[in-house]
Amino acid sequence: MTVIFDGIASGLLLFLISVGLSVTLGLMNFVNLAHGSFAMLGGYVCVVLLNRLGVPFLAALPIVAIVSALVGVALERTLYRRLYGASDLDQVLFSIGLVFMSISIAHYFFGAQQQPLQLPAMLSGQFNLPGLDVGVYRLFLIVIGLAIAVGLQWMIAGTRFGAQLRAAVDNPRTARGLGIDVDRVFVLTFALGSALAGLGGALGVEMLGLDPEFPVKYIVYFLIVVAVGGSGNIKGSLYASLIIGICDVAGKYYIPQVGAFVIYAVMVVTLIFRPQGLFGRTAAK
Amino acid sequence: MTTTTLAGFDPAPLQRQARWQHAEYAFWLLPAAAYFAFGDQLALLSQIAITALFALSLDLILGYAGIVSLGHAAFFGMGAYTAGLMATHGWNEPLAGLAGAAVIAALAGFVTSFLVLRGSDLTRLMVTLGVALMLFELANKLTSITGGVDGLQGIEMKPILGQFAFDLYGKTAFIYATLVLFVLFWLARRIVHSPFGLGLRGIHLNMARMPALGTPVNARLVGIYTVGAAYAGIAGALLTQTTQFVSIDVLSFPRSAELLLILVLGGTGSLYGALIGTVVFMTAHHLLSGINPQYWQFWLGALLVLVVLFARDGVMGGLRALARRLPGAAK
Repeated sequence: MTVIFDGIASGLLLFLISVGLSVTLGLMNFVNLAHGSFAMLGGYVCVVLLNRLGVPFLAALPIVAIVSALVGVALERTLYRRLYGASDLDQVLFSIGLVFMSISIAHYFFGAQQQPLQLPAMLSGQFNLPGLDVGVYRLFLIVIGLAIAVGLQWMIAGTRFGAQLRAAVDNPRTARGLGIDVDRVFVLTFALGSALAGLGGALGVEMLGLDPEFPVKYIVYFLIVVAVGGSGNIKGSLYASLIIGICDVAGKYYIPQVGAFVIYAVMVVTLIFRPQGLFGRTAAK
Repeated sequence: MTTTTLAGFDPAPLQRQARWQHAEYAFWLLPAAAYFAFGDQLALLSQIAITALFALSLDLILGYAGIVSLGHAAFFGMGAYTAGLMATHGWNEPLAGLAGAAVIAALAGFVTSFLVLRGSDLTRLMVTLGVALMLFELANKLTSITGGVDGLQGIEMKPILGQFAFDLYGKTAFIYATLVLFVLFWLARRIVHSPFGLGLRGIHLNMARMPALGTPVNARLVGIYTVGAAYAGIAGALLTQTTQFVSIDVLSFPRSAELLLILVLGGTGSLYGALIGTVVFMTAHHLLSGINPQYWQFWLGALLVLVVLFARDGVMGGLRALARRLPGAAK
């Protein structure tokens, strides 16, 4: 039971970070491998706020999201937007370049060591139910993850902005013709994706650790979630994250020799049988 | 019908393209010149030759056939480990090692090519990446065979063909690597200018049209992917034999990413682009990391971003543009 619970928690953490990618990659069709860099940015901002400025954890989270969103907007305006029409390969190369740069920058300012993060007392510790040890922080992750999943799903499927976004992605020209400000929609969406990445990164420091190699170490997990879940699909990402989280934790717990092999295999097999992902929309390209 | 279309077809321009030009002969004198000019840097020069071969292998796949791959290091690593394991198990004739690595990598390429044929570019990127990562994990965990993170040690090579022993200064290693590179380059040049290679370029340009012309698209792609994998395997084997060590690094993601950068830097879709890109990249790497080893990655990243934004065709594209502007050079 504990394994499943931990799996769900780490799955939802994965979801928190990768849903941002699902937004940029899936909805905007931009292969943003630098997504992990935004998560890392969030992590570092959070650490600085907590350890150097003494901001309480819960108050730090919104600041992290805002900072990440601002950086996201700045990069979108200056660099990303030039590549919206480019081929997948160009986007991949470009974002790998960003990843390398972000690693060096993190190195320069923070050094290679892991960053410590002290959780507030109310979120640490655990309580025991019969047959189940519940870590308070993990419970917290699960609650936040589910809240964001529901919120996003509602935003994309139920609001005016969501409808504009879907229209802008499916057919930018017609969307423009209908008076939708496609540029603005994309900026906002990119900001949202970055904010989610930053938030996920900040929440993940406790469980994933934080060092300059973060973007390379975990980008694969995020991509797997999006690939398995099917891009542009909040529900798909959620289920995929849960599957991957549980497989990962269970795999590491029961057969540690195999390590991360399990999830890579899950991804490759999924892509062979369902190139669009488990819950993918048929490609709108 | 067929005869009339063939009669209207003039193969002369294609044949002219396939012929060796003066600049190419000159280019291949460079390694010899480098050997005498930079005699104290032979280890670096061998690295350049090996990386050039590796870049060539990706160029065949990406530049000519248009198959994107984020996991080409998988084949490089397989070749490296194959050669290493053959040597530690008492089969340490270098050429046999190359052949073994080529066969194993080609097999792996053949098998995985069917996965790569499916889906869009994005799926391909993910699948190739996934395959490479699986191999990395495998090498990482099978410590009894591969040595895991510590690498594979205790590799000793016999003299090449029983004649030329590897020396301490890396002279033999450099000549060996360069000769292998040259032979394989020559072969790649033949492949690219053969009907098979022309078919590939057609597939790259217009995937939907080639079946209508009677080209078996999938068979061609499987073929070139296998060849590319074999090339990468040989490059890996060369690295193992010249450094007498296999680090788990050979399978890592940064290696695949760097390779893409090299290719984009040099210009995809031209064999010399791969070679020139390697020379530029490795020299820059050597100089920059000499100045500042920690932040070398920053410049690497910046370079990548700039190339994608402003110089999409790389060095070769620049050269071609230059050639077009020079009076009299226009063909």
